[in-house]
Amino acid sequence: MSDTGRGDLLLEVRNLQVHFYLFEGVVQAVNDVSFDVHRGRTLGIIGESGSGKSVSAQSVMGIVPSPPAKQLAGEIRLHRATPDGGIETVDLGRLDPRGQEYRDVRGGEIGMIFQEPMTSFSPLHTVGDQIGEAILLHIPDSTPQSARERTVDLLRRVGIPRPDRAVDAYPHELSGGMRQRAMIAMALSCDPALLIADEPTTALDVTIEAQILELIQELQDDLNMAIIYISHDLAVVGGVADEVMVMYLGLVMEHADAETIFDEPLHPYTRALWQSIPKIDGPLEQLVPISGNIPNPFAVHKGCPFYARCTERIQGVCDESPPPVLEPRQGHTVRCFLYADDVDLASNGATGD
Amino acid sequence: MTDVMQTASGANGAAAGELLQVEGLSKYFPITKGFLRRVIGFTKAVHDVSFTLANGETLGVVGESGCGKTTLGRTILRLYDMTAGFVRINLDEGQLDVGSLTPEERKLFRRRAQMIFQDPFASLNPRMNILETVGEPLLVNGVAKGTELEQRVARIIEQVGLRVEHLRRYPHSFSGGQRQRIGIARALVVNPRLVIADEPVSALDVSIQAQILNLLQDLQQEFHLTYMFVSHDMSVIRYICDRIAVMYAGRLVELGPKDELLDRPRHPYTALLLAAVPRTAKGSRGKRLVTAGEPPDPSNLPTGCVFQERCVHVQDICREEDPPQVSMSDRHFAACHFAKDLSLDGITVAPVTLST
Repeated sequence: MSDTGRGDLLLEVRNLQVHFYLFEGVVQAVNDVSFDVHRGRTLGIIGESGSGKSVSAQSVMGIVPSPPAKQLAGEIRLHRATPDGGIETVDLGRLDPRGQEYRDVRGGEIGMIFQEPMTSFSPLHTVGDQIGEAILLHIPDSTPQSARERTVDLLRRVGIPRPDRAVDAYPHELSGGMRQRAMIAMALSCDPALLIADEPTTALDVTIEAQILELIQELQDDLNMAIIYISHDLAVVGGVADEVMVMYLGLVMEHADAETIFDEPLHPYTRALWQSIPKIDGPLEQLVPISGNIPNPFAVHKGCPFYARCTERIQGVCDESPPPVLEPRQGHTVRCFLYADDVDLASNGATGD
Repeated sequence: MTDVMQTASGANGAAAGELLQVEGLSKYFPITKGFLRRVIGFTKAVHDVSFTLANGETLGVVGESGCGKTTLGRTILRLYDMTAGFVRINLDEGQLDVGSLTPEERKLFRRRAQMIFQDPFASLNPRMNILETVGEPLLVNGVAKGTELEQRVARIIEQVGLRVEHLRRYPHSFSGGQRQRIGIARALVVNPRLVIADEPVSALDVSIQAQILNLLQDLQQEFHLTYMFVSHDMSVIRYICDRIAVMYAGRLVELGPKDELLDRPRHPYTALLLAAVPRTAKGSRGKRLVTAGEPPDPSNLPTGCVFQERCVHVQDICREEDPPQVSMSDRHFAACHFAKDLSLDGITVAPVTLST
């Protein structure tokens, strides 16, 4: 991947819309989500349960269960390197998720780490066999012998002690931190251009979390990988992300570089979230909770989905039509009526582009 | 019940204002092998833990998974039988020795010491509606029944921020935050003095956590509750607690007033734990210290200090002798040979400007 530089556009997601058609009703899991991912850089996605952060990432991976899910709109364009050194663009949204082409991408160009390493590994096979399987599938001309050697190398690289023995261990024989390292080794087994990390440290202790995050960042520097880092933990995202996207009920509420999101947040949801979390440093202030609950996922919102909990809502505006996506500053987008120059104007272009 | 009726300040020299005394408390789980379940060793989940709880305070118990913080809470409540040590609770009705309760005392203890659990999805019975769930402790303890029970449940349900119309609903119709409120109502309905909250906000969404933390604070004021708050999250502990107890591999390694302990930790593990939490303030955002190593296996602990393998200040003596409890003041101690000599970094409370 030496021919592709840091900061080059790797993935474009445009107006992604994924709904789940369930017996109880329709869940609008992802509504109009757009973002770019660049080589060597990290996009952080912050959101609570039901925000659509995981479904957005799983759509890129092509692993959203369909049915019940259906991608109604949107494009997922991957700009991948070709063997001859060029760049070709594939629209992942148009590929058959079960087809050979997508299988080559999944685990090849794109690797993924999940939250719970215990449930992501099969308990019946050794760690080495599971990582080796990915290598045999994706790396041309690999043999069981070469796959095993590569697996031992990978385990060493992610900091597992005695990798030649760990390769024959079953997942339950490793500690939580070591299992997550093995998981990372599996995701990295085919030198992915993009690593999707979905809450990779949420189940881990804070000292182990620090180790895993440092490892991911070291590997990013070595491999010039792009990372999509999904978490509900603002402090963790603040430490790893170059830019941050804040999601709520399937919508991107705010998107800016990491410094701006934390220091000068614009969306009322982002600001409220920031005031409602306990912090380890800074003056100890009374937390200001966000009132109410996350709405029922089946609910359909005529206006802004955050309306009922927002302290700055404008009655008759925010509950009447979907808020527009505005760019009050260069590179800083916010989906909120508060930043519209003129509310009438804003309500026109509201349904997304 | 006559033996229960000792005056609270009388027996065993309990100081006034102390609700709970824990002395040398240990809980070992046997490791068995084979068909006959022969005992081949012990997991020392909690080893020789001593502390006291003052009336109305909040003690935070913090540590990584497997450090014994949950087992400590459960052993104090006698959900587990203790292996060694004493737990005494001073109630208006008298002092109870939790290790040897008579059936009568046991009933009283169950009413005065309650627990709030972590997972509000797992801790509620899906077949019981809210009235039954919250009313059950009143019924089984023979405190109230019928209309009186319903009135008491209705009162507590409103105090935790739910509505009376909710009483006939079942857990599935509530969100995580609301379920945790139900769990809190169930714990508080019997008028407890001591509440052990085991990771009460860990399973909740970030926007809901603050609601529950503030609710717990309000209820503490209103009902004069004493909390033992078990958590792995140092930021939550910092927010809600008066004193902090740090556990590692089953031992209490440091205990002290919050500000003192956060500002100047005395045990190297406390310092490591604090340094590993990502900072949020501008300028230091995301910064944290990365250290190698994992906690030891509690069934196979090293001789000497349990923290020796990860400690950067380790000396020969740490590998040979158990560290003594070194007191910094009568309220602050650390189990470290060098507690008085080391100068460890805590949390610097840098002035920050939050944009609002």
